[in-house]
Amino acid sequence: MAVQTAPTTSRGQRTLKINVTVNGAPHEVEVEARILLVHFLRENLGMTGTHIGCDTTNCGACTVLLNGRAVKSCTVFAVQADQGTVATVEGLEKDGKLHPIQEGFHQEHGLQCGFCTPGMMMTAVAFLATNAKPTELEIREAISGNLCRCTGYVNIVKSIDHAARVMREPAEGKA
Amino acid sequence: MIPASFEYAVARDVPDAIQLLASSGGEGKVLAGGQSLIPLMKFRLAQPALLVDVNRITGLARIRENGDLRIGALVREADLDTNPIVRERYPILVDTTRVIADPLVRNMATVGGNLAHADPANDHPATMLAVRASIVAQSQKGERVIPIDEFFVDTFTTVLGPNEILTEIRVPKPPARSGGAYLKLERKVGDFAIAGVAVMLTLDDKGRVVAAGIGVTNAGPTAIRARKAEDILRGQTPDDKTIAAAAAAAAGESKPWSDLRGPADYKLDVIRVLTQRAIRKAAARATGGK
Repeated sequence: MAVQTAPTTSRGQRTLKINVTVNGAPHEVEVEARILLVHFLRENLGMTGTHIGCDTTNCGACTVLLNGRAVKSCTVFAVQADQGTVATVEGLEKDGKLHPIQEGFHQEHGLQCGFCTPGMMMTAVAFLATNAKPTELEIREAISGNLCRCTGYVNIVKSIDHAARVMREPAEGKA
Repeated sequence: MIPASFEYAVARDVPDAIQLLASSGGEGKVLAGGQSLIPLMKFRLAQPALLVDVNRITGLARIRENGDLRIGALVREADLDTNPIVRERYPILVDTTRVIADPLVRNMATVGGNLAHADPANDHPATMLAVRASIVAQSQKGERVIPIDEFFVDTFTTVLGPNEILTEIRVPKPPARSGGAYLKLERKVGDFAIAGVAVMLTLDDKGRVVAAGIGVTNAGPTAIRARKAEDILRGQTPDDKTIAAAAAAAAGESKPWSDLRGPADYKLDVIRVLTQRAIRKAAARATGGK
């Protein structure tokens, strides 16, 4: 967690001002304390790539990275991200080039309806940052908090494995 | 779902957090990992007037050894799992943290919150009963150390006062020839336990049990300690007959209820079987096995 510079409080007022860096861009926004991070992203910032699925901490469709860690953004208040960084699916593509995880989902047909995909990809990005050469079991454990109701997970696991190979050795993934 | 309105304050340190709680006239709640509290607030089962966010108190997020193991209340489950000291010397804690919810929830959820929330379905309470942990709490009256046996009062209720904050969990250092294990049966990843059993054993040089701790998840209004089962083990070699007797006693002390996770009779048998397996695993670990 980022170090708090000034004590934040909403006491006696309806909203409070937060500073959050989302995909590298700083945002200063007035929010009510009860606004969840996922609502802040979708409604205050208009970034609807992060989905709301179950809204009960089960499905992982709303997964984003908060200060580098994959979290369910329906179960974090936006004010908790004050002075912090958030990474969402919108930040994966850089300069018109897909992130290896996006490339993996494309190559291995890792999505059908696509609803769980942003959460799956953000979980995978955080996971691959800590485990560059995962086994299939490790991948399955890593995505065990993300539900997909279409695919049976087989192609999602392949997609993440594909990304892992590309990220280790850019030439390897093309084989 | 958006919770009811509340006031929000970031606590700079523990005294500040206590002060903020005290200012709320008993209507404040501590926000740590929030993985139980926020869902309750979204369903409006909890409507605190004030949330005191303790997430910036970095001093509460440390794990250290000082004779015993000291786990700061704000240690995330994911960090407990990967801590080298915990990995090497406290495998029962690794067992426990790895079956809590799912990896994303474990990135936020805290050990202190898992205990202070006092849900009998949470996993740390049974383990902390088995290892005879102590809970450190601070209030305006100062600090006190609460034996885990005295900590849980009822479902969602502990002995913590309204303006008292859980700051640390102390786990005694296991003597030589000690081993522990936590086993949980769940319908699917992320679900609460159908049942869970924690066993901590210390053996003497002849392989007899000199100390035993057994805790059971989801077997009553709070996590329970299976004292009769512990008594059966103490002084005995954990052979098949002793293990079967202890496991039967643990089931006998449990009071699970019938729900979507299964009828009570079934859960009693799950507790019996998990107790057997956890004793075997704990005994194996006490003698250098996995």
